[in-house]
Amino acid sequence: MAVENGKIIFRIAEIMINELKLEDVTPDTFDPDIDLVDEVGIDSMDLATVALVLRDEYAVRIDEDDYPKLTTVRLIGEYVQKKLAA
Amino acid sequence: MRTVSSLLDDRWYARYKRISKLNIRSSIYDVTNRCNLRCKGCFFFSSGEHEAAKEEMDITRWEAFVDREMARGVNLAILIGGEPTLCLDRVEAFYKRLPTFCATNGIIKVPRDRFPDMILGVSLWGDDVDEKILRGKDVFSISSKNYAGDPHTYYLYTITPKQLGKTDRIIQRIRDAGLKVHMQLLSNDEGVDGFHWRPDELVQIRSEMDEALDRYPDTVISSKYYHEIITTGKMQGRPFGWMECPSVTEPLDKRDPKPRRLTHFIRWASDLETMHRCCTSETRDCSTCKDGAAHMSWVMVNKRAHMKSTRDLQNWIEIYEMFAKLYRFIPW
Repeated sequence: MAVENGKIIFRIAEIMINELKLEDVTPDTFDPDIDLVDEVGIDSMDLATVALVLRDEYAVRIDEDDYPKLTTVRLIGEYVQKKLAA
Repeated sequence: MRTVSSLLDDRWYARYKRISKLNIRSSIYDVTNRCNLRCKGCFFFSSGEHEAAKEEMDITRWEAFVDREMARGVNLAILIGGEPTLCLDRVEAFYKRLPTFCATNGIIKVPRDRFPDMILGVSLWGDDVDEKILRGKDVFSISSKNYAGDPHTYYLYTITPKQLGKTDRIIQRIRDAGLKVHMQLLSNDEGVDGFHWRPDELVQIRSEMDEALDRYPDTVISSKYYHEIITTGKMQGRPFGWMECPSVTEPLDKRDPKPRRLTHFIRWASDLETMHRCCTSETRDCSTCKDGAAHMSWVMVNKRAHMKSTRDLQNWIEIYEMFAKLYRFIPW
């Protein structure tokens, strides 16, 4: 399944906002390079929640060992893209 | 969107960053079903957990088990019992492989040539009078001799209602032994007369715990927010209980809705197959559970709920730091 990078980033931001109930932000205003742990305050359980939705939507499994590397929405997007291309 | 750096000044933000990516994944292990004490109020014996499973006696199976635990992501082993020091070969199977904390009553001295920097939490249930009532002997007089000045040991002081007005003297004795202390509250699982907490006593003990932290900051490992949580049983107005507890064994956790919880947490029995429901006794009433680790974990897994204000986030940081210090992910 080929998906544009911009679309994936937008969708990941949307999932984050909905699933984690983030306030005062929209997918358009979500900075894809903001550090999710150091700035947004998400933890591995949050990321696991997002990973479940991504698995259902894109059939992509995010390995838990990879969580520490996935520190921004952009990096998650690139990770998903790479998995889709594999 | 409210961000961490918008809530914290540079000093607090540096403290946050020191702990934000520690990613601690603990599990709890019953090392043995035996103990060299029989304390009134010990959840392990009062709930019959010492008979829940037959001990695995083959040390090679313990070693293989620890390897499997590491493979599933555990990076902190919390050893309890029975009394783990009765089976030092099993303790060593953990210690040689991953960061290990060992709870002990302190009667047997752990050989430091074999376990040079293993973190020990020595249980203490009050002053000599209380310890004689609850544990049959003044255990502190033995443990404080065994571990005086040990830089990797602290006391886990379980405060009972009988300790009101006496905590200062006990903490002084711990300080004088060159050790540190972390405070928690007795849950009184066996319903020992006079050891139930009344609401006014909980208010009073919170104040004493706060004073202890102010007076002995180099001895007491704690935080005032922890004192609030453990004495009120509430976090941001939410009461602690079964539907909130983060320390439930993951494969047995069928709660719906699923609360925020410790990732992959399991409490294993000493047969290495049986899982206990949670970090303490299954027979305990969760609504009155005073387990210190469960309450601090409850705060830790609810980080974003503490991003409502600067003070809330600072409270969260202090509790996370306390936990990280108790298990030496950061220095005391």
